[in-house]
Amino acid sequence: MAYSDKVVDHYEHPRNVGSLDKNDPGVGTGLVGAPACGDVMKLQIKVNPEGIIEDAKFKTFGCGSAIASSSLVTEWVKGKTLDEAASIKNTQIAQHLALPPVKIHCSVLAEDAIKAAVADYRKKQQGS
Amino acid sequence: MNAVTAIETKQALSNEPRKPVYLDYQATTPMDPRVLDAMMPYFIEKFGNPHSRNHTHGWEAEQAVEKARQQVAELIGADEREIVFTSGATESNNLAIAGVARFYKDRKNHIVTVATEHKCVLDTCRHLEQEGFEVTYLPVQQNGLIDLEALKQAITPKTVLVSVMAVNNEIGVVQPLREIGKICREKGAFFHTDAAQAFGKIPLDVNEMNIDLMSISGHKIYGPKGIGALFVRRKPRVRMIALIHGGGQERGFRSGTLPTPLCVGLGEAAAIAKREMAQEAERLAKLRDRFYESVKSRLPEVYLNGDLKSRIPGNLNLSFAYVEGEGLMMGIKDLSVSSGSACTSASLEPSYVLRALGVTEDLAHTSLRIGFGRFTTEDEVDYAADRIVEAVQKLRSMSPLWEMAQEGIDIKSIQWAAH
Repeated sequence: MAYSDKVVDHYEHPRNVGSLDKNDPGVGTGLVGAPACGDVMKLQIKVNPEGIIEDAKFKTFGCGSAIASSSLVTEWVKGKTLDEAASIKNTQIAQHLALPPVKIHCSVLAEDAIKAAVADYRKKQQGS
Repeated sequence: MNAVTAIETKQALSNEPRKPVYLDYQATTPMDPRVLDAMMPYFIEKFGNPHSRNHTHGWEAEQAVEKARQQVAELIGADEREIVFTSGATESNNLAIAGVARFYKDRKNHIVTVATEHKCVLDTCRHLEQEGFEVTYLPVQQNGLIDLEALKQAITPKTVLVSVMAVNNEIGVVQPLREIGKICREKGAFFHTDAAQAFGKIPLDVNEMNIDLMSISGHKIYGPKGIGALFVRRKPRVRMIALIHGGGQERGFRSGTLPTPLCVGLGEAAAIAKREMAQEAERLAKLRDRFYESVKSRLPEVYLNGDLKSRIPGNLNLSFAYVEGEGLMMGIKDLSVSSGSACTSASLEPSYVLRALGVTEDLAHTSLRIGFGRFTTEDEVDYAADRIVEAVQKLRSMSPLWEMAQEGIDIKSIQWAAH
């Protein structure tokens, strides 16, 4: 199967690979997927006091499309508010990367990862 | 050429982009040029129909086909009258299993096979189940081999056929054919073996091993695609109902005009294998061990799937923990290998063969099948090992599972949401 140029670019030059301190109250972590299903994404956001996402990092276990989807969303969420980030749709990711139908689940997972990271951050804020 | 020019030439050559390295010899093999040479005259010059009984063109083709039949028979200790040409191992497996089952259905209705068989065996058995046959799918042990005691217990007086593959296409393990043949003979069941991955790779003798039917493929042994054969024992006689009806060629087992050039190609490939098998096996085992050592010494948590000892020399199946197989293949684009990951197949399940071995789903997703063959060089093996080590290291540094493992978190303790 041929990958789109954008998928190849993100796979070969992944943006924002890494980890943020998950115990930092300003960091929200989303961990979605399952090893048994062949993809796991960890997406982390660092939110400033104004509620803007100022940094994002990811690590992904999965195919090229899964890696590209998570790499792409770390670029997209930076500079966004939590609501804006949480409103990113998988269809936008799939369209941007020209994912074939069998890889749509990778974009769904990336959307879930953002939502999970935002939810984790909000939960931390309520708790503190 | 003086020394300086030689060095310059070498450097110039090394700057050329490297050709993709083929390490998927269990999928198919390139043709041996000697095989092509043998086939060439039978396309244009000696084009006759081998079944034309009344003229020289026909006799010439018939002679070529019969020589090929003998070459195939000789590699497995069979009589040439016991070889039926088919379109490939898939057809041979269909014919052997369905043909025998249907012929003897009034007396016996039970088939024993194995969970790790090729899809064409399993799918044929599924169809026979719909026709009312009973099929037992034997499990395999962790090393991929069947338990002979379990086989003994599975065979009943109603068992017409036991079908166990000689060598597994994914993990390369060699089943104990001799022992299986002995059990089948004692219990009065026919023994069929799918030898697509074994024929020409390991010594096979249908008499010593009590094999009644054997499926053979051309393109796995440097022969052409589109040709295979089925060995069908004459004494004691095995009978079958044909799948393809027509002019009654191949003793009525397989109608249709034989493709003379393809038959000649299979025969020549078998003859070369007979001459060179021993030394080739030795060379491939060395290459395989060199590759495996090179990778293992540089990467932790690499697991071999399937038994190492009872295995053909040209196969490795490795799980690179914490790195998904398709993602890994994308990082080694200039290596042609195959993965047991779900993402590389049409279904969303990882390899059923690895699952049958008890390999957990997460590790099944991280597997690569690496196949070495006649034209693999030491240089290619070293290059492939370097590229795989590089790609695994890069992807592990991006893997959340690797990170957790390094932090001492047990991945199995996490409640993953299945999707």
